[in-house]
Formats: sequence, structure tokens, C-alpha cells
Amino acid sequence: MNTFMLRHRVPVLTAFILVALWGVFTVSSPDTFLHGRIYISFMSTIPFTAMLAFALTLLIIAREIDMSFPAVVALGGFVFSAIFQATQSPLLALGGAITAGLVCGILNGILVVYFRIPSIIATIGTQFFLGGLTTVLADGLALSIPQVRDSWIHTLMVGRIAEVVPAQVLWALLMVFLLWLLLSHHVFGDNVNFIGDNPTAARMMGVPVERTRLLLFMLMGAMSALVGVFVSLEMSSWWPNQGQGYMLLVFASVFIGGTSVLGGRGTLMGTLFGACIIGILEAGIISAGLAGFWTRLIYGVTILVSLMIHSMLLKQHMGSWRRLLFNKV
Amino acid sequence: MTERVLELTGLNKWFGPVHALKDIHFSLNRGEVCALLGDNGAGKSTLIKLIAGAEQIEDGQLLIGGEKVPTHRYSVQQARQLGIETVYQSGSLGEQQSVWRNLFLGRHFRNRLGFIDYKEERRQAAQLLKALDFRGVGANIDAPVSSLSGGERQGLAIGRAMLFDARVVILDEPTTALSVGEVEKVLCFIETLKSQGRACLLITHNMNDAYRVADRFVVMDRGSIVAEYRKSQMTQSSLQLALLDAVGRGA
Repeated sequence: MNTFMLRHRVPVLTAFILVALWGVFTVSSPDTFLHGRIYISFMSTIPFTAMLAFALTLLIIAREIDMSFPAVVALGGFVFSAIFQATQSPLLALGGAITAGLVCGILNGILVVYFRIPSIIATIGTQFFLGGLTTVLADGLALSIPQVRDSWIHTLMVGRIAEVVPAQVLWALLMVFLLWLLLSHHVFGDNVNFIGDNPTAARMMGVPVERTRLLLFMLMGAMSALVGVFVSLEMSSWWPNQGQGYMLLVFASVFIGGTSVLGGRGTLMGTLFGACIIGILEAGIISAGLAGFWTRLIYGVTILVSLMIHSMLLKQHMGSWRRLLFNKV
Repeated sequence: MTERVLELTGLNKWFGPVHALKDIHFSLNRGEVCALLGDNGAGKSTLIKLIAGAEQIEDGQLLIGGEKVPTHRYSVQQARQLGIETVYQSGSLGEQQSVWRNLFLGRHFRNRLGFIDYKEERRQAAQLLKALDFRGVGANIDAPVSSLSGGERQGLAIGRAMLFDARVVILDEPTTALSVGEVEKVLCFIETLKSQGRACLLITHNMNDAYRVADRFVVMDRGSIVAEYRKSQMTQSSLQLALLDAVGRGA
């Protein structure tokens, strides 16, 4: 195996699964998968899952988790829609939403870093709290913001480039590029990897563990709120349980992408392909003529098979290191 | 004239009601290996944590290279910048990260914006590990640390201290749980550190290892330094007896 393949085996494998799945769907329902329309639809929905999954990938590499992001998506969308409805100012609405997301991130971060509550528990708590808060603030009612369609922010964030390509695709690609720079070339990303690998060692070597964790939760919060804004713009409306559908899709994207829940190992490219796999699954299943009941079952099978392949690949890989180092079989 | 690289005066440390370190006066000279001996709970680990910046110094003075260090802001980062590197017992390494990346953990070649020059780091790591001539570590610097043996891990951590040209290297039980051959390698590394003019502070329970590499022995008991010997004054067996006597004092 050459070094490129060895180093990037996880994203390469995930991309391979994606292509294989696409091949199966194209054969089983060529009418759907050989026409452009379905891809436009993919490009309008997958970026939202993907952006959430990118931020979550960093958090999981650092051995943390955030269960509260669906509630933050809803809160961000609400703040955006409410401010926009009241002031008609896109900038104010966007700023408000991102600030709300950052505050949610700080809340999670404080619970985890200063109160030392394990993040899975802390963020289950904040999910209920933030979800409840949003519902109370919105009085349980949906908001409609049809005027937003005439605003520049709509064109900028979810407009159709050349009347075809949804702008959110470019935003998602920009995000993955920026986060990749951060993860693979910046000292912040190096710290994230080491904290996930061995937090004690990282601390002993002077890595600012607490600050890094707090920043990761803030990043996750801001990204979730931003996705809330994207969804509200795409739909020109907001409803109280807007973020809920993302929970499982986003986690599945991250894990199909080969990020280890044990921390210290994960790639954004893997997550990107993982999000694409999750994104095309439902359409593929339905256009293959299977009933909607099958969706979850096939999701489950895909996730499990991916996890098994990643795990096998990793063991095999360790074996090859051993051979390299000690000339043992 | 010996050059004093590290000096602690009037150091006290409390953990709640526990008086963990009591009025410690301690110093290290250039090119000197000092072994810190004593029972578990004597305060050896606390002392090195304070020097390494891993625990806050609340009372007492710290001088590094003759200069007073403001202790309220003293941290691991600052300690490392002032030339104090620590090799911890459990190996302060990231298991899944590669050998060369571990050398730069917490201390990277980076530009003003915080972007890391990995290429340069890898080149320097390769150079260093080749110079160390440590077969396992040097063989494949891209291998993850999880593939290294215990001795190789200690070697890597000691290499880190050399790479950053540390003045003081603190080693916390570097030979514990190693095979005979590996212990030998680690002791050779300590001798190399010494010959390079670095000061070493070594915690160990193994008298053979201590006697072999150290020039000076400092005995701690219940938070105080209770005795101090020079190697020139002692044979290994007299040191052993003196140590038993010192830690038994007041019992």
C-alpha cells in the first residue's frame, strides 16, 4: 500500500462506500439517480447535516460529545427569525443567532470544564433546557418569514448559483476547508488531537486543555445556530422542533466517517463522505421502491457495516506497523 | 565554580489542611544528577510538579538560572520556555499520535497565526532520533507511540528534553516497570543528558539506578528534606542504610 492510501485510509474507504452505495442505487433506480434533479435536492439538504457533523467531529476527536446541538439549531433559527421579523435587519438577526449559539456553547463548556460534568450528561441536560427555553420564548408557535426571500442574506446563504447549485454547498465546503486548516495545520487542531488521545499527557506538557474544550463547545454552538439560520432561510420559516431531525443523522455521519468515539482519531473528509452517505440513503431506499419503513433498517445496516470495516482496517493497520517495526508477522 | 541552574527557597505547599511540603530549600547545579529519594507520600512528586509548573507555587521562591521567577504566573508552558522539561512516569505521550509529533507536543514551531510547520518539525525529529541512535524510536518516526516499548517511550520523552535544549530535566521514576535492558538504555540517556551539561532531577525507588547515575541524593520524608548525601561520601550499602535511617526518623 502506498503512503497516501495508508495515511488517508479512513476517508478513502468512506468515499469508496459512498461510491459503492451510489452504484447500487443507480443500478436499482436509474431513473432517479441518472437525472440532475435528485442531486440538486441532495445539495440543498446534505450541507446542513455536514456542517453540524464537521463541528461535532472536532468535539469527538477531543473525546467530548454534544447532545444539545439540535436544541441549539432550533434556538439559533428562532433568534434569527424573531429578530428578522421584528427589525427586518438580516445582519442583526444573523449576529443575534450566532451570539445565542456561542452562549449555548459557553454554557456547555462551563458545565464540562468547570463543573466537571461528563459532556454526554451535561449536554443532555442543556438539550432539555435550551429546547424548553426556545419553546417558552416562541410560545410554542412557528414563525413565518416570507419577506426574507427578498433579502440579500437569502441569496448569499441559500440562493441558487446560476439558478441551479444551492449556495449552502459552497458554505459547507468553505467550512470543511477552514476546519481542516484548523485541525491539520494549526496548533489548536494539534491540541484537539492530543487532548482526545491522552488528556493527562496534554495537560502535563502545557497544552491549554480547558480552554481548548471550551472553544470546541463554542464552535459547536455557533455552528449549530448558524445551521438553524440556514434552515430557517431555506424554508423561510421556523418551527419549534426544527433541529430534532438532525441528531441521529449527524452522529451517524461522524461515525460512518471513521471518527473514533474513543478520541484522538478522526478526519473531516471522512465526515464529509459520511454525511453524503447518510444524505443519499433515504432517497435511494425510497426510489428503489422500498417502503419508508425500510429506511431506518438500512440506515442501521450501513452504520454497522461501516463501523465494522473501520475497526477491521484499524487492526490490520496496527499489524502492519508491528511488521514494519519489529519484522514480526 | 559550579553554575546554579535551579534554586528553591522557603517552599511550602498545602493541599487543604495537609501540609504537603514544609519549608523546602533545594538547588541544582549544571551537569549534576540529583536523585530524590523517600517513601510514597514523602512529597517527591509534589515537589517536581511545582518545579514543572504543573502545580501552583503559593509560598516560596523559585530561581531559574539565577533569576527570580514570578511564581503566581508560573505554568508548564513557562517552565518549558525557561528550559525545564519533565519526563513523567506514565510517559506523557499521545498513544495514537506518531513518534515525531509527540516530540513537539505542547510546543510547536509555529508562525504568528499559530500554524504549525510540520515539515520542519518532522525533519528535526528525524535528525534528533537518528542522533539518539535509539533503534526502536529511530526506526520509524511515523509509527504511533502505541507501538513502542516502555524504554523507547522514556527515550522519546527524554529526546523531547534534548530537542528543546532543556537546562533542567526532571525524571519521575523513569525506570519503573522496565526490563533490565531497557533500564540500561534509560540510564545511558540520563548519562548523556549529564554529559551535555544538563541538570537532572531524578525520582526513583530503585537504589541501584540512583546510585549508578546520581551525584547527589536528597532524602525526603513527610514533606521535608531530611538528609542529603554526596556520592563521594557513600558506598551504595551505606546509602541504603542512611536512607532507612532517615525515613525512619521520628517514627
